Amino acid sequence: MSESYITINDDECKGCRLCVDACPKKCIVIGSNINLIGYQYARFEQNGCNACGLCYYVCPEPGAVTVYKKDKKGSPQ
Amino acid sequence: MVKVKHAKPESFYKVYERKLTTKKVTHYCPGCGHGVAHKLIAEIIDELGIQDRVIFLSPVGCSVFAYYYFDVGNVQCSHGMAPAVGTGIARTLENSIVISYQGDGDLAGIGMSAIIHAANRGENMAVFFINNAIYGMTGGQMAPTTLLGQKTLTTPMGRSTNRDGNPIGMCELINSLTAPVFIERVSLANPARVIKARRAFKKALFNQVERKGFSFVEVLSPCPVNWKMSPLESRKWIINKLEPVFPVQNFRDIEEKPERYERVEMSDEELLNLFKIEKEMEIKPKTKKISDQHIKIAGFGGQGVMSAGVLLANCAIMEGLNSTWLPSYGPEMRGGTANASVIISENIIGSPVVDNPNVLIAMNAPSLDTFEDQVSPGGFIIVNSSLINRKVKREDVEVLYVPASEIAKDLGLITTANIVVLGVYMVKSRVLDTETLKQVIPISIKKKHLTEVNLKALQAGIDIFKEEAGAHI
Repeated sequence: MSESYITINDDECKGCRLCVDACPKKCIVIGSNINLIGYQYARFEQNGCNACGLCYYVCPEPGAVTVYKKDKKGSPQ
Repeated sequence: MVKVKHAKPESFYKVYERKLTTKKVTHYCPGCGHGVAHKLIAEIIDELGIQDRVIFLSPVGCSVFAYYYFDVGNVQCSHGMAPAVGTGIARTLENSIVISYQGDGDLAGIGMSAIIHAANRGENMAVFFINNAIYGMTGGQMAPTTLLGQKTLTTPMGRSTNRDGNPIGMCELINSLTAPVFIERVSLANPARVIKARRAFKKALFNQVERKGFSFVEVLSPCPVNWKMSPLESRKWIINKLEPVFPVQNFRDIEEKPERYERVEMSDEELLNLFKIEKEMEIKPKTKKISDQHIKIAGFGGQGVMSAGVLLANCAIMEGLNSTWLPSYGPEMRGGTANASVIISENIIGSPVVDNPNVLIAMNAPSLDTFEDQVSPGGFIIVNSSLINRKVKREDVEVLYVPASEIAKDLGLITTANIVVLGVYMVKSRVLDTETLKQVIPISIKKKHLTEVNLKALQAGIDIFKEEAGAHI
């Protein structure tokens, strides 16, 4: 079963937690690993993501978050 | 199927050359509002398909490096001057979309006059004013928008009205002007506000596509580091503290495209007419070797020392030489002391300043008193002996005493004394051809009916040198 989801580029995250706070579905958590630029970065955990995009808009990094939305018609890939 | 719904906008560079560790992150601190504002702008540039037309003005402040991120035309402006730079760009490149992105220190502090006048002229630009109530880049000093009581590096006890004035509402100020077409204050404090801010951003940029006029968006933006808060706390602080002082609202959104002054294109001929220039002169190829001339022409205002300098410089340029002209004068148009520094050289001239002239033309007594000692040994001094009674004290310079004002008075126009001494200088120095000046005078002179008397004055200068030079050198 496939759903909408997001990806977070580990090394572009500064661990500010704004996406964690913004996600209405509680799909994002801060992990314990430290990335190349020295921050504990955010991780996506599938918990019913509906690709609302709020994490994308509150994230201050241009390319850290990418949002994928499930197409209503086609079958999930 | 899954489709990409939100990804890094195309208007950002794929990699940012400035950062060494990873070339994919901005230089902004964690939780900074700049990244969010950047992303909204980049996304809308993509959406409107204007990437090739945008000229993005980076300010001085944290966002000084915006040109590392936006893959558009970029200009980094001196502090606060982005609206002035934008004015020039918007007027000369009429197909451009000018985005001025400025912080509160830049726009409301040092650049206050530039923004107010650009707004008042209704220049075609979208201004994004990032208000975080503090100086970010320099480490958290008080800004014009700092709240009363807010503790900063320079207001450790909190901002006080009596000492520091009140926070300035830029939207309110700009809303007092007639020309702007769109004014809105937005906030980046939570997701809903960010989405709302996006609409205002889009409107401001779309207004530029339509060339509707000056659009201003003030963005209440978090600075967690200088506010000494976590990114999440900083969002709450915006809602609880900033928004009550800086109300988030639309101030103006004019639907109709205002009637605007259309720029008048002028032909070369019309321009020449405007400046009463009848014909252009050909610049002659350089034919002779000269020694560098460092000339100081000094007198009181109204004696034509500035004009004499300009004429000399023009003659030099006409003869294929390099020349500079540097005026120095007091505030009064007549009667003050004035001097012009002119350098004539075969080589490129580094500085237009003349500290030690090898030619001094002293039109009145104070000028001789001031500059006599500065003349370099072996130089020469032309003294307007009509107005200067004393003799030159220096013995290591040549001196020519010319009763220039009396000669000019006899010709019927005392203010042509400057031309008389130019004639003397030209014959004496042999650097410039008097024939060149005869051609330059009719072109340069604004009052055309005085051309003839000026030419007579020049001839008188040439003649008196020939007659009396021997007796006075």
